[in-house]
Amino acid sequence: MKGFPLSRLVNPQLIALIGVLALNWLLFPGFFRVTWQDGRLFGSVIDVLNRGAPVAILAIGMTAVIATKGVDLSVGAVMAVSGAVAATLVVSGYPMPVAVAAALAVGLLCGIWNGILVALLDIQPIIATLVLMVAGRGIAQLITEGSIVTFNDPALVFIGTGSLLGMPMPVVIAAALLVLVTLGVRRTAIGLFIEAVGVNRSAATLAGIKSRVLLMMVYALSGLCAAIAGIIVAADIRGADANNSGLWLELDAILAVVIGGTSLLGGRFSIPMSVLGALIIQAMNTGILVSGFPPEFNLVVKAGMIIAILLIQSPLAAALAARLGRRRRAEK
Amino acid sequence: MTTVSGAEPFRLEARGVSIRFGNHLALDKVDFGLRAGEVHALLGENGAGKSTLIKILTGAYQPTGGDVLMDGIPMRLANPQDAQVHGIGTVYQEVNLLPNRPVAENLFLGHQPTRFGLVDRRRMDRDARDLLKRYGLEIDPGSELGSHSVAVQQIVAIARAVALSGKVLILDEPTASLDRNEVLRLFEVIAGLKARGLAIVFITHFLDQVFAIADRVTILRNGRLVETRGLDTLTRTDVVRMMLGKDIAFSGATSVETERPATDLLISFKGYGRKRAVQPFDLDIHKGEVIGVAGLLGSGRTEMARTMFGIDPADEGTAEMNGKPVAINDARTAIGLGFGYCPEDRKADGIFGDLSVRENIVIALQGKLGWFSALTRDEQLEIAGKFGEAMDIRAASLDMPIKLLSGGNQQKVILSRWLATDPAFLILDEPTRGIDVGAHAEIVRTINRLREDGLALVVISSELDEVVAYSNRIVVMRDRKLVAELRGDNISPGVIVQAIATHDAAPDAITEGTAP
Amino acid sequence: MRKSLRPLAATVLIFIVAYGLAIANFPMMASTRVLGNFLTDNAYLGIAAVGMTFVIISGGIDLSVGAVIGFTGVLLAALITWFGIHPLVAFVVALGLAALFGAAMGLAIHYLEVPPFIVTLAGMFLARGAAAVITQDSVPINHEFYSFIAQLYFKLPGGGRLTFLGLLMVAIFIIGAIVAHRTRFGSYVYALGGNTTSASLMGVPVARTTVSIYVLSSVLAALAGIVFSFYTGAGQPLAAVGVELDAISAVVIGGTLLTGGYGFVLGTFVGVMLLGLVQTYIIFDGTLSSWWTKIVIGALLFLFIVLQRLVFAASAPGGKSSEKA
Repeated sequence: MKGFPLSRLVNPQLIALIGVLALNWLLFPGFFRVTWQDGRLFGSVIDVLNRGAPVAILAIGMTAVIATKGVDLSVGAVMAVSGAVAATLVVSGYPMPVAVAAALAVGLLCGIWNGILVALLDIQPIIATLVLMVAGRGIAQLITEGSIVTFNDPALVFIGTGSLLGMPMPVVIAAALLVLVTLGVRRTAIGLFIEAVGVNRSAATLAGIKSRVLLMMVYALSGLCAAIAGIIVAADIRGADANNSGLWLELDAILAVVIGGTSLLGGRFSIPMSVLGALIIQAMNTGILVSGFPPEFNLVVKAGMIIAILLIQSPLAAALAARLGRRRRAEK
Repeated sequence: MTTVSGAEPFRLEARGVSIRFGNHLALDKVDFGLRAGEVHALLGENGAGKSTLIKILTGAYQPTGGDVLMDGIPMRLANPQDAQVHGIGTVYQEVNLLPNRPVAENLFLGHQPTRFGLVDRRRMDRDARDLLKRYGLEIDPGSELGSHSVAVQQIVAIARAVALSGKVLILDEPTASLDRNEVLRLFEVIAGLKARGLAIVFITHFLDQVFAIADRVTILRNGRLVETRGLDTLTRTDVVRMMLGKDIAFSGATSVETERPATDLLISFKGYGRKRAVQPFDLDIHKGEVIGVAGLLGSGRTEMARTMFGIDPADEGTAEMNGKPVAINDARTAIGLGFGYCPEDRKADGIFGDLSVRENIVIALQGKLGWFSALTRDEQLEIAGKFGEAMDIRAASLDMPIKLLSGGNQQKVILSRWLATDPAFLILDEPTRGIDVGAHAEIVRTINRLREDGLALVVISSELDEVVAYSNRIVVMRDRKLVAELRGDNISPGVIVQAIATHDAAPDAITEGTAP
Repeated sequence: MRKSLRPLAATVLIFIVAYGLAIANFPMMASTRVLGNFLTDNAYLGIAAVGMTFVIISGGIDLSVGAVIGFTGVLLAALITWFGIHPLVAFVVALGLAALFGAAMGLAIHYLEVPPFIVTLAGMFLARGAAAVITQDSVPINHEFYSFIAQLYFKLPGGGRLTFLGLLMVAIFIIGAIVAHRTRFGSYVYALGGNTTSASLMGVPVARTTVSIYVLSSVLAALAGIVFSFYTGAGQPLAAVGVELDAISAVVIGGTLLTGGYGFVLGTFVGVMLLGLVQTYIIFDGTLSSWWTKIVIGALLFLFIVLQRLVFAASAPGGKSSEKA
């Protein structure tokens, strides 16, 4: 990329990530130690990437949805559904590719369902996706018949715990998806159209953009991402847990997007930044774990983060900053 | 202007009020005096300062200069509640009540009668029934407000405003979405209130209604007071002239070289119309022709444009392009046919505020190209640069958000957006409103250039000099109807004013309604 | 019929038909024993749903409800079991804290102009996290006052028990209905949900009303937490996960418009009972598995959202409310 200003690398998100990592390092000096063992990398940093992969994948789809002024509350439940589909199929003897393809198709279908409610029936996104959020886990349990379906299919397990070129598979998948989707929206006009619809749907329609089709596509992508994350989580624990798979991860994904700087009011978005946001969240999770706090302490920290972001982004803060700026200029 | 000298002071008076927003002086030392027992019309085109003045009188804005007085005593209005306490009630065009709540609650919200801390619904309903009866309304006070017609809602809003305030009633375009009979009914109510001694400000775009109900009129233009006078001393033409700022004597303005031979017919609309928006009209548009559309705000000009562009598709009539029938049912189809549309409300329908100037320019072209033939950044910069230069867009960078640009530059960007699609037909709705002189000249220059390049244009504008200067023909809209087509020597601001002001053939119903 | 009554009428109709079918299959379901348990088992959900009704009528949403229930349980267990404080004092502390918590959320929503969904999400994280910071285990509550209240009931003819907890819920519903429909505050709540701009032009104290609504919701959630602690006899930080979703579902199924402005507190009661009926039926059936509850609730939710969309879209010419995303 020519003329890429170096200053763009210096952004609050990256500084925050470095800060959190440095804090982890202080708490746990071995944090950055990475070892090579059995043909793959091990270490806390790799663990952050690995554990952060599912939320990062959700955040990729969620970014596009939020950029259109929407939100998808159903991704956690869709994870459970797709995990259940994949697990049940391999247990019934289908080969891994069939099981994975079916799980992805189901996720896509869930996304299209949300898209229909939002784009065609004009139902508010938060309400439309609530339906699947509530019913999704029931559907997942229906598929697994209430039990945790465990499996040992090596090909499927590989998706969760295998490695490629030394990196854990979830990280490889997340990275590949990140590159693919980013190129997909930025090398085509789709990214521009998403932003246009998010900023001003009325003007977008006047400019000849097919906003309904675009909305459908964005929710379908979110469903697909949720399905991928669901397969990874199921493969990682070698089982589909309809009750707990992806529980509250929709909220983590939204948080990751918000940390990444995409406004909940739609418009400008950055998928890589959202993934960075997911990593910040995971780095904190890991930090809290290694420093011996109870994992639930996370929730308090997350709440703190949301409050901080809200304060920074609020009109009140903007007005305050403007006043301060004016005063400073006046003093000069 | 009569000033108070010992005699009866005005009920409500604004004395030399000014208000400044940033560098823009929205009101410049305006005087306005309202007497008890009169209906006082407040007129002016968009941007004249009407709504700003109203917001000052209702406490929504605080003037940066001048005083507001009630019965000769200066008062400070910090917010709309203050105004209410001082006896000033307001009814807006879009009924600012709660359609989801019962009529009675809308009348008394915040002042409901209570017994033992609970709302006494029976008493509230009875009070509501009594109150509404005085306005000739017999409706169930327990019914949802939203289940009634806009006219009834409007009367409920008036009843609330009068009951809570009682001295001054400000009616801000109350008739905009009413039909003739509903207007009539509203006028009866207004006449009744006038007889009770209320001071009433009436804002509207319909001249017939002004002459039907108002006693005096105040006309504003560009934030300044033009005139306050009794209507008995004015003609329709006088009023239009003052609103548009045209001196009829000046009407010699030479029009464009005139018509061309009507051989290059591009688009032909026949009996084209849409219910409740614009009555069926016929319009032939030729290549290399600018058709000006004149008419006051609310006359159906914007509705006509939206129908032609397919945003609010026509429900009757036909359209032909190059001799072939076309169905224009959405904006995409229109764009596909080579249409472009610069909307009147730039902020709401035109610009993508957070997106860059570059993206704002290429977006319609990209929409035409589709999802997968994306313009590269370099191509975008080239296109944006080309039009930026041609249109003289003043932006520090093509990558800055368009919302940081001035209105004039934003308008140039939107015009560039359409030019980038290589259009055959452009509809410009008030392209020069609210923009600075330089941008104004640039846009007029562009319109002339495009005509010479063989484009067909329809330009809606309130600036009569300007329309006369660049139009080959001018159509005049009134009451959602195309009422006149002016061509050749016929075109001059004076003639247009005459055509706009001409008394409609059947306004008798309205005049009748004003009997005191 | 008034259009806002239609979804409610649909709920009542569905409830009657469903209950009729249930009785036809299992005559036992008509017994006072089952009815009594209906009230007791859903008491905490019902109480939380009353608060949620106010929030949703005002055009907001409160995701923190389940977390507040969980936090309250843990707080009570800590105060009573660890510090030996009398339950009544502990209740006052819990309700007071909840009021502060709700006020903070309301203030953030009004003054920071952030969507309620994100503010109450932060609230949810905070309350759950705080509960887990107090303890991560289930702490039993053994106090004579607890056994006294838990055993407090009227005997109904037919062997059923009308417990204190069930009656408390009914009382909250009745008070809630009076507040919503017969007080100025209630009319302000509807006004906010209808159109905030109009409401403020009409003199509704928007800030005060918004804060009051979220205080009400949090206080009722804390009360639900108290009831839940009677019900389970313990405090556990992960208790009542997802109750906010059940409460939202009950409110919507009870005929309240999710976009605000229309709704009935007593409709929510029918909604809660309908959810309870689904659960009870599934237990009675024995062959149906528990997950059907979620699926049926989801289906009902969908049905009512679409129903509302159709009923309200048909009559709103501008369709402005639907444009706000």
